[in-house]
Amino acid sequence: MRDVVVVGASLAGLATVRALRDQGFEGRIVVVGEEKHAPYDRPPLSKEYLGGTASEDEIGLTGPDDAGLDVEWRLGRTATALDGPGRVVTLDDGERLTADAVVLATGARARTLPGGNPQGVHTLRTLDDARALRADLLPGRRLVVVGAGFIGAEVASTAAGLGLAVDIVEAAAVPLGRALGPEMGTACGSLHEANGVRLHRAVGVAGLSGDPRVTGVRLDDGRELPADVVVVGIGAAPNVEWLDGSGLDLDDGVVTDARGCTNLPGVVAVGDCANSHRDYTGDRLRLEHWTNALQQPAVAAAALLGAEHALPSHHAVPYFWSDQYGHRIQFAGHRAAGGSVRVEEGDPAASAGAGFLALFLDSSGAPVGVLGVDRPRPFGRWRRELAKRV
Amino acid sequence: MIFVGELSDIPVGESVRVQGSVAIAVFNVDGELFAIDDTCTHQDASLSDGWLEGCAVECPLHAACFDLRTGRPSGPPAKTPVRTHAVVFDGDHVYVDETVPVGTEVTAGLASGLVS
Repeated sequence: MRDVVVVGASLAGLATVRALRDQGFEGRIVVVGEEKHAPYDRPPLSKEYLGGTASEDEIGLTGPDDAGLDVEWRLGRTATALDGPGRVVTLDDGERLTADAVVLATGARARTLPGGNPQGVHTLRTLDDARALRADLLPGRRLVVVGAGFIGAEVASTAAGLGLAVDIVEAAAVPLGRALGPEMGTACGSLHEANGVRLHRAVGVAGLSGDPRVTGVRLDDGRELPADVVVVGIGAAPNVEWLDGSGLDLDDGVVTDARGCTNLPGVVAVGDCANSHRDYTGDRLRLEHWTNALQQPAVAAAALLGAEHALPSHHAVPYFWSDQYGHRIQFAGHRAAGGSVRVEEGDPAASAGAGFLALFLDSSGAPVGVLGVDRPRPFGRWRRELAKRV
Repeated sequence: MIFVGELSDIPVGESVRVQGSVAIAVFNVDGELFAIDDTCTHQDASLSDGWLEGCAVECPLHAACFDLRTGRPSGPPAKTPVRTHAVVFDGDHVYVDETVPVGTEVTAGLASGLVS
């Protein structure tokens, strides 16, 4: 193997490059990045960067240790097509990159509301998104966040800290219900009201008012929430449309095995765009989690090089965290259908603000997931305990 | 010198956090005590809450690993080392001397007796 093309220049793409070099690959590496920025870290975009406590320099992912990576960057360029069997990547300016191996790390993009949006309406996925939103989050303004998922909750938390009046609109009856279930979703959602942010549940968005700039969010129960700024946080979709006709198996992302290998030899997928088999759950999952984007590439790089690479066992347990209102929420494992929740420490119903630790049990009563709010130490113990299931 | 506590306050495999000019974490690795800056250099998290494995601690948030003897990270996501500090005993009293320059390899304070 002499030539590798990595499509995607965020955490998963960079982690793949580092892993290839760490594992001894000395050939040519070309990295294609749609954004013009060098690789940067996304989690701070909704928190430290948005809140003004981290600079663009501080969220950069590359450092002095990366000087020896010897990468040919193609930044501000978009891959438009892949000839899978031939491993040829075509870019938007017509350049064709032929490689022995292709790494797909194209990530996901924020979903938007249908129709054209007036000024002041934002999504948050990229550094450019965060720059634009940050300029709009002025003290005293009214912010409406559409969607009480993790991005929406973090933006609400940051904006409240900046002195904006914040409303959140959530279509489901329980925020974070899909990830955490009704009881724990309610517990984490209670952080909003405890911090002066109004959470409107079980109500959809009928439309946006204002032209050219947004003035309100119309709800489908007839109310209208006044808004100077709107953030739409309704999930993300994998960037895989450009792979139509490539010969790859696509199903909510690029289908891969546990190592990131696709149905085509020499083509792997990693990070948010990969719908990969997970040994922990025994099925395929597309994980939009930072930790997955950091860890999956080491395994995929080894697969390309014909080597084995074992991660620490607790890395096999899906993991994510969220920082909201000064509280650290951590989750590992998964929530099983027909399962239940057992609180180990604290009282989620009394006050999420005091912190708690809860286990998610499967239908047989075995722990398969753990949720901690401000409980990093026992959370770490349980994350390792869960890994023994693999 | 910062008073950490009695030796018995820091069982083997455990850690305590004390406040110096910054927060400092003190770990007991099989009777050897090590002190490093408590805050992960990658992102705000307390290393005293982390997982101790041999002479390394894994950050409880993003799994950055630091060598307790050198303060150096073993790989991403952390890029910069944490400061290490000397652990000093006076009888059973444990102190941290936070004057060691960043990145200096320190000798563990031995729990078995008086070490200066």
